[in-house]
Amino acid sequence: MSGESATRITPGNAFRPEDVAAQVAQGLEVSEDVAEYALRLGDDALILAQRLGWWISRAPELEEDIALGNIALDEIGHARSFLTYAGAAWGKSEDDLAYFRGEDGFRSSFLVEQPNGDFGKTIARQLVISVYQHELYSRLVDSADATLAAIAAKALKEVDYHRDHARQWALRLGDGTEESNRRIAAGLVSVWPYVDQLFQDDELIERLGGVAVRPSELREPFDAYIAAVLAEAGLEVPQVPHAMTDKSRRRHSEHLGYLLAEMQVLAREHPGATW
Amino acid sequence: MAKPVETVETPAAEGHGKQTWPLWEVFVRSSRGLSHVHAGSLHAPDAEMAVRNARDLYTRRNEGVSLWVVPASAIVASDPDAKDEFFESPKGKDYRHATYYTKSEGVKHL
Repeated sequence: MSGESATRITPGNAFRPEDVAAQVAQGLEVSEDVAEYALRLGDDALILAQRLGWWISRAPELEEDIALGNIALDEIGHARSFLTYAGAAWGKSEDDLAYFRGEDGFRSSFLVEQPNGDFGKTIARQLVISVYQHELYSRLVDSADATLAAIAAKALKEVDYHRDHARQWALRLGDGTEESNRRIAAGLVSVWPYVDQLFQDDELIERLGGVAVRPSELREPFDAYIAAVLAEAGLEVPQVPHAMTDKSRRRHSEHLGYLLAEMQVLAREHPGATW
Repeated sequence: MAKPVETVETPAAEGHGKQTWPLWEVFVRSSRGLSHVHAGSLHAPDAEMAVRNARDLYTRRNEGVSLWVVPASAIVASDPDAKDEFFESPKGKDYRHATYYTKSEGVKHL
């Protein structure tokens, strides 16, 4: 991550983190509530990217290394835009927010904090988060907040591919061998307790009105999409109780601290380092 | 003379009872190109995943607007050992090139 504006190499008008930074530099005002909401979206993307990055050099095949790496980089891009925007409310940069907040400052969901497990569990988590993000961003494009809408429009096309990637793998693992079916089924069971938190409304969502997407509205289309994929894959929607989480996202799973320690150590050891 | 390209077994997979994904050849058509051009190869379990892997591997930097993937085993190639016999023939047959011919008298617009 960097505040430096890179030269635009690819053609087109994709909305980039640098474009958000430019808007902020021109004095764009961001309210506390909007910033808090942007943090939730950005932190989910950031923590997920950090998790997925672990797979590079460890995926079952080289091609899959690159696929997961690409998805992680897309998520980093979304995180950069959301965090740059959120930071404008407090005069902080994306790097300040990513590397110099403690665990209680993060607003990520329990789901993205969950360890990768095996490939089956990672695909189970990918299926849940990408279907959720797809429903979310496809509505956030109509947000009353123009910046959030623009970030969502860029992210939606990428998440569309993430969802397809997860779906293709869910179908192949579910309908593959006995072993692959067992692994993805176990993966689904282990991530399912954390699904509920994604769809909880709270006071912040109420206050934001047309700026935010109401999470509870996403549950029905999410369930329908997941049910169709799992039925086609010969898998069942897990029937497990949901975990104790936190709808305001201030409390976290026990895994986040370790993840942050690894993600932040370099920036904290050498503040301002570049290469 | 011609023989099918053999699927390459990755050394790491041998003797581990692990099935290797088949090899696919990837052809990319760039936004400015009219034809698909061979870009490289990859491994994928099936055709659908091969197209997706090709997207990730060969169109990362905006290279393409269209992709083809072909099972490497479906490509029939000329035999490299028979190169001499196979490609020798056109040599010395300059009359197969348009430049061999001189312009005839009285031909206009050439």
